[in-house]
Amino acid sequence: MSLAESVSQVRSRGFRIPRADGLTQWIVPLLIILVWQIACVTGYVSARVLPAPTDVALAGWKLLLSGELAKNIWVSFWRASVGFLIGGAIGFAFGLANGLSQLSNKLTDTTLQMVRNVPHLALIPLVILWFGIDESAKLFLVALGVFFPIYLNTLHGIKTVDPQLIEMGRIYGMTNSELFRRVIFPGALPSIFVGLRFALGIMWLTLIVAETIAASSGLGYMAMQAREFMLIDVVVLSILIYALLGKLADSTARVLERITLSWHPAFQKH
Amino acid sequence: MNQALRFAPVDAKALDAASDLIRDAGAARQEARDPSRALSLTIRGLRKSFGDNEVLRGIDLHIPAGQSVAIVGKSGCGKSTLLRLIAGLDEPTAGTIEFGDHEGNPSDHVRVMFQEPRLLPWARVLSNVEVGLGRDRNSPDAKIRADNALKEVGLDEKRDQWPAVLSGGQKQRVALARALVSHPRVLAFDEPLGALDALTRISMQRLLERVWHDQGFTAILVTHDVSEAVALADRVLVIEDGRVVHDIDVDLARPRQRGSAELAALEGNILRELLKETGDLAGT
Repeated sequence: MSLAESVSQVRSRGFRIPRADGLTQWIVPLLIILVWQIACVTGYVSARVLPAPTDVALAGWKLLLSGELAKNIWVSFWRASVGFLIGGAIGFAFGLANGLSQLSNKLTDTTLQMVRNVPHLALIPLVILWFGIDESAKLFLVALGVFFPIYLNTLHGIKTVDPQLIEMGRIYGMTNSELFRRVIFPGALPSIFVGLRFALGIMWLTLIVAETIAASSGLGYMAMQAREFMLIDVVVLSILIYALLGKLADSTARVLERITLSWHPAFQKH
Repeated sequence: MNQALRFAPVDAKALDAASDLIRDAGAARQEARDPSRALSLTIRGLRKSFGDNEVLRGIDLHIPAGQSVAIVGKSGCGKSTLLRLIAGLDEPTAGTIEFGDHEGNPSDHVRVMFQEPRLLPWARVLSNVEVGLGRDRNSPDAKIRADNALKEVGLDEKRDQWPAVLSGGQKQRVALARALVSHPRVLAFDEPLGALDALTRISMQRLLERVWHDQGFTAILVTHDVSEAVALADRVLVIEDGRVVHDIDVDLARPRQRGSAELAALEGNILRELLKETGDLAGT
């Protein structure tokens, strides 16, 4: 049983949290912003340490008008998705190959496990030497970061498909491709989604770090520039945008999960 | 006390409803009966070893077409291994299994029903039954045939449900529909009712007896429950240490009355045989 399955089972059986698709989920973030605003207005927190939410919003509005914000978000979003697609596709392909073929697994798994244990952000100096600071450096790092969670969870999902179901499929004369389509892939899907959600987190992390160190556009670059000019409101704004983008990515994964795993008891309406 | 009184009528009703369903379902599929399709089964010198452990030590057996045979024995006696060999899930170490006149690939005419329903959780009930059609599952009438098989087990109103919402007995009925949909010539059951509660077991036993009667396939039932064996089968084989030690004909009229004196006597005899071996072992 994958992590997501057990977590969601605990959730559906034990304590019932209110359904997350209402406004309930936004109560805590809004409260935090409210407390933050009050702390700034009353002078409890100095504006040089943390600007008030209204100031941050104002900074955001100015950047939006100048078109800089949209440009930087778009650049980062583009890098994130292209890097994710490349790394995810390769990870998925290796996960399938090593899950389905003993030979492929023996051939590549050890190598991949060794590479996995190198922190991919440690490669930044090397990557800069290789690619300079142009797009391919960022795409390479994101793809590398995304590769492993997708690879590991696809492999795990395929390896843990109920062998009794596979035997059943064989008894009923399924061909290998049918067996994959009707039994193995749907069985591995919950685990693949766990990998997908891990990968989305790593995708943003890698990209922002890479952009902070070596870039001439993007959100990470915007934050670093702001630091140079002591624009603390823009720095905070960038951090808030990371949070929102991360949430957006996670929600997308959740919606996909809900659609494709509607058979799963954890995703049925209670 | 009060609680017991309150619950008793509900259970009785549920049982009635189940037998009604089964009666209706049987009537709907009366025309499907074609006993001439059933295959006989001839087993010669069958052996199976896993490493040094010889599980089956030479089995010779003939099962006429359309007979229902129960195989009983203690756990580890080799009864499930025998069933897996018949179903073609494992290869014998030595010996042959012939279906009808030809030694052939059993997967074409043997279907198996396991203790676990083994339904695909991500497929609706109807698609799960369609799986049972084998190579015909893409034919245009697949849905109609699957629907008919579901009617036969009295579950056609559940066709669009996910397996996860069904009860244990309902899942097992879907598994039965999946096994029946291709009109198998031999149907092998591996403890099909082992995981069900007592009431569901009884209604499932009636259902099995009825579909066997309607479709006339050769039935091989592996079970550890002797009363189930004598209630359902024409013939009971007792397996002990990888050999057939008793071959008993159950010559009683159908439908058999559960709890009748003859059944109880027969069951007692078989149980005594099974337990006698244990007693000897305990004595030495």
